[in-house]
Amino acid sequence: MDSIFVFEQLLNGLGFGLMLFLLAAGLTLVFGIMDTMNLAHGSLYMAGAYIAARVHEAGGSFVGAVLVAVVATVLVAFVLELLIVRRLYARDHLAQVIATFGVILIADDAVKAIWGPSPVMATTPAALAGPVQLLPELPYPAYRLVLLAVGLLVAIGLYVLVNHTRVGMLVRAGASNRKMAEFMGVRVGRVFSFVFALGAALAALAGALMGPISAVQIGMGEAILIPALVVIVIGGIGSVRGAFVAALLVGLVDTAGRAFLPPLLRSVLPPALAADLGPALAGIAMYVLMAAVLILKPAGLFPARA
Amino acid sequence: MSDKLHSAAIPSSGGVARWLPWALLVVLALLPIVGAELGLDYYVGFVRRMLIVMIAATSLNFILGYGGMAALGHAGFIGVGAYTVVALVDAGVSSAWTAWGAAVLVSGAIAALIGAVSLRTRGVYFLMITLAFAQMLYYLAVSLSAYGGDDGYGLYSPLELGFGRTTGNAALFFWIVLAIAALVFAFASRAAVSRFGLALTGIRDNETRMEALGYPVYRLKLAAFTGAGALAGLAGALLASHNNFVSPSTMHWTESATLLVMVVLGGLGRRWGAVLGVAVWLALSEVLKLYTEYWHWPLGLMLIAVVFAAPRGLAGVFDRRRAVQ
Repeated sequence: MDSIFVFEQLLNGLGFGLMLFLLAAGLTLVFGIMDTMNLAHGSLYMAGAYIAARVHEAGGSFVGAVLVAVVATVLVAFVLELLIVRRLYARDHLAQVIATFGVILIADDAVKAIWGPSPVMATTPAALAGPVQLLPELPYPAYRLVLLAVGLLVAIGLYVLVNHTRVGMLVRAGASNRKMAEFMGVRVGRVFSFVFALGAALAALAGALMGPISAVQIGMGEAILIPALVVIVIGGIGSVRGAFVAALLVGLVDTAGRAFLPPLLRSVLPPALAADLGPALAGIAMYVLMAAVLILKPAGLFPARA
Repeated sequence: MSDKLHSAAIPSSGGVARWLPWALLVVLALLPIVGAELGLDYYVGFVRRMLIVMIAATSLNFILGYGGMAALGHAGFIGVGAYTVVALVDAGVSSAWTAWGAAVLVSGAIAALIGAVSLRTRGVYFLMITLAFAQMLYYLAVSLSAYGGDDGYGLYSPLELGFGRTTGNAALFFWIVLAIAALVFAFASRAAVSRFGLALTGIRDNETRMEALGYPVYRLKLAAFTGAGALAGLAGALLASHNNFVSPSTMHWTESATLLVMVVLGGLGRRWGAVLGVAVWLALSEVLKLYTEYWHWPLGLMLIAVVFAAPRGLAGVFDRRRAVQ
């Protein structure tokens, strides 16, 4: 294990973390403002990935495909919010879990009906297919660098939006104390619709960007949903800043666990045991992190509610 | 809330409620004989699976419906039970009773450990931390290459039930599962109206008040959680024998969610809730699968409809109709 390998894995972890952040940002705001648990957030991610992959294949332009995916997913989310999510605000978490789980079932079948049951190949845009020589001995895929850049840009944009604009102020007010914000005249319902659409756009963006480096298939939403939930719990529900820090933590811990734990274990344990234990510990790492954080700080690292 | 409490505390005393369980038991007990005559062996197996899932759902209904503990990791305990059977069979154990008994003990012990940590949190955080532990168990199972890892583990020879019989005897295994499911149902019904169950319901409705009244809130919840975990483990052990196969997918988080969905569908904290929910959900999926490969979306639509139109679940709908009569 040399320093080049370590550096490369850290970059991968950072990239995964930033994509997780795109998902978690919407999820944490929806949760924080309306106390609404939306399991179907992963389905929006899946929609983004599928639409981008198919449009890219048909039209040729990757940027165009990503834009189409984001716009189309926002439209879907708009309908979803209008028909279902809006009616769930006043209900308990269990009702929200059940109804949005129903949405997942419908979404998976809809994707199967439209694009078929087998995974879709999402191609890396030709211009970004090659590696970039980051250091003399470290070639790094250009596409992953773009992923990092886009993730960072969106994070900065979101920071400015939430902390330095009027809309962002209303969002923060809603997240820290919805009732009080309502009393002060904020139309929290409308703010929430905006946040839901924004969250959907970010989820679709993450899906569209992750497509070429992961598998675009039915169930990808359910698979990414759990790490995203782990992120918002670690970060503190309702806090975008918390989601950012937690997403990078989870991304790094998960990637580092998968890359470094197996070789480390092999050097101290018998090979058979190490081969079993390595992947298990790597898969478990982010959950251990969450359990540890919850034991020390039961409301997450950056609790949004005062 | 007061309505929920009412129906939980007082067992319905109507005539139907009195003989229905026994009638159901008789009909189910005749099923393997009638089924074999009519060549409906597949459906006898299907009902057997249903009964096993009912055991797990009943245990979840107990902690969620009466205890208010929204656990999203119940499939983890099913998996622990199933893998205990795998581990023992792999080590040469051939007695079903030993394997199933050990599954109950092991999953109960794991549930006690997980509960001890998880029950310090509330609400969504409890949901998430139980989910996290179930995910840990899932990845553990995936990495156990000795037991097949991701591919799962086939239990090729049926377990011995004593007197020269094995779980390969479909009818006998069916009756055993039926007896266990009936016992679990009766036990859960009793427990719900016992001092323990009533205290648990009190904790669900107002934890602070129960604490102030001097109830050992944490210990009561932990006891319920441990018991439910042990029963889920029993269901897992039976499921392993039923399928003759165990794989990590038993513990996938969507399995936990489905179990939760079935309980809420049937009616949270209602005596027949879990049974009804499992029966409707599994029967509907089975029928839909016959007609179309797109069998998920009608179920999804049903869930949304239940949340909006029948928030107290199917058992609640029946209750209302009886009240009108």
